[in-house]
Amino acid sequence: MITALLKRDLAKFFPFAGGGASLPVMFFIAVAMLYPFAVGPDVNILSRTGGGVVWIAALLAAILPLEKLVAQDIELGFFDQLRLRGLTEEVMMAVRLVAHWLSFGPPLILATFPAAALLAIDGPTLHLLLLGLLAGTPGLAAIGLMIAALTASLRAGAALSGLMLVPLALPILIFGAGALARQDSASLGFVAAISLGLVAMAPFAAGAAIKAAREV
Amino acid sequence: MQAQDSSPSAPYLAASSLACRRGDRLLFRKLSFIVKAGEALHITGANGTGKTTLMRAAAGLTTPYAGEVERDGELGLLDERPALDLDQPLGKALEFWARVDGCAAPSEVLGALGLHGLLEVPVRYLSTGQRKRAGLAALLSREVPIWLLDEPLSGLDVAAIETVTRLIEAHVKGGGLALIASHQRLDIEGLQTLELGDYAPAIKEEEAF
Repeated sequence: MITALLKRDLAKFFPFAGGGASLPVMFFIAVAMLYPFAVGPDVNILSRTGGGVVWIAALLAAILPLEKLVAQDIELGFFDQLRLRGLTEEVMMAVRLVAHWLSFGPPLILATFPAAALLAIDGPTLHLLLLGLLAGTPGLAAIGLMIAALTASLRAGAALSGLMLVPLALPILIFGAGALARQDSASLGFVAAISLGLVAMAPFAAGAAIKAAREV
Repeated sequence: MQAQDSSPSAPYLAASSLACRRGDRLLFRKLSFIVKAGEALHITGANGTGKTTLMRAAAGLTTPYAGEVERDGELGLLDERPALDLDQPLGKALEFWARVDGCAAPSEVLGALGLHGLLEVPVRYLSTGQRKRAGLAALLSREVPIWLLDEPLSGLDVAAIETVTRLIEAHVKGGGLALIASHQRLDIEGLQTLELGDYAPAIKEEEAF
C-alpha cells in the first residue's frame, strides 16, 4: 500500500511528470540567471556573493510547491479514504515528505551546477554548496510539509505558508550559507542536525494537523 | 428484521447516544441505532441536519461530541469526494485504488455502472454523477461488509439511480450492511428509516451547550 502511495505521490509532484511541478527548478535557475544582470558581470562580486544567492533561491523555490502539497488531497478526500483503509496520517505524511523532497531536493542540487556556472562560483565553494543543499533541503521539505498541512484548511493558506516558511528556515540558511563565507564545512553538521530533527518531527506534526482539519 | 446469525464475526455498526457538533452548533443528540448484517438504514433529514457529520463520525473520521460508535468489520465510505486524481484518466485513477486495495474493480462492475467508455477521460471532465459512479466502483471492488453511503443518488440519472439501488440491495442481501444518508427516496426492500431531524436539540437545550 505504501509503495503504491509513494508512486502516486511522486507522479503528482515530480518535475517533468506533468502538472507544472518543474516550476521550482525553473525558478531557481531564473534567479541565478537574473542576479548577474542586476549586480553586473564583475567576477569577484559574483563569486563572493553567488553562494548566498543560490541558498536564497533554494529557499524561495521550496515555497512554490506548498500550495498543492496537502490542501488538494484534503479537498479530494484522499486522506479520508486512506484512513478508512487503516493507514495512519503519520505514515501518509512520511510518504508525502519523501515524495516532496525527492521532487525538489535532487533536481535543485542538479540545477546548482548551471547556477554555479552563471554565478562564477569556484570549485571549493561549489563543493560546500552542494553538501549544504544536500543536508539542508530535507529540512526545508519538512518545514514546508508541516506548514502546508497546518494551513491547508485556511482560505489564504497558500500565501500564508510562503510567509511562514521564511523565518523557520533561517537557521538552515544561516549555517548553510555561513559555511560558504568561512570556507569551512563544520557548520554543515548543524544544517544536517537541524534537518534531521525537522524530518523526524514533520510526519507527526503534519499528521496531527490534517487530523485536526477534519474536526471543524 | 429477521434474525441473522449472531456469531461474533458478523459485521455490525452501532451508535449509542451519539451527539455531534459542527462549529458551536449541536446538530443532533441522543441518537442510537444498530445496523446488523443484512440490514440497511436510511438516514433522512433536511439539509443541515447533520447527515454528512453523522456519516463521518460513523466512519471514525471524526470524534463525536458525546456517545460512541461501535463496529465490527471493515468499512467503506462513499461521499461527495471520491478521492480520484483530477488530472489522471479515470482508468488510472481507479487503478491506484486497485493497487492500494490489492484488487481491481471487476469488468462487470464497471459495465453495470456504465464506466467502460469513460476510462480514458480525465476525472476533471467527468460530471458529478459519473464521479459518483466511479467512487461506487472503487467501493464495490473492495468487498467490505459495511457501506456508508453519503447521498449516493445525488447527481445520478434515472437509469443510474435504479442500478445503484439494485447494487445496494444486492450488497445487503449478500450479508453486508449499509447506512445510507439521502434526502431522496430509496426503493430498497426491508429498508429502515431514521429521521435525523427528530434528534435535533430543542432550542432551549441548544442554548445550554
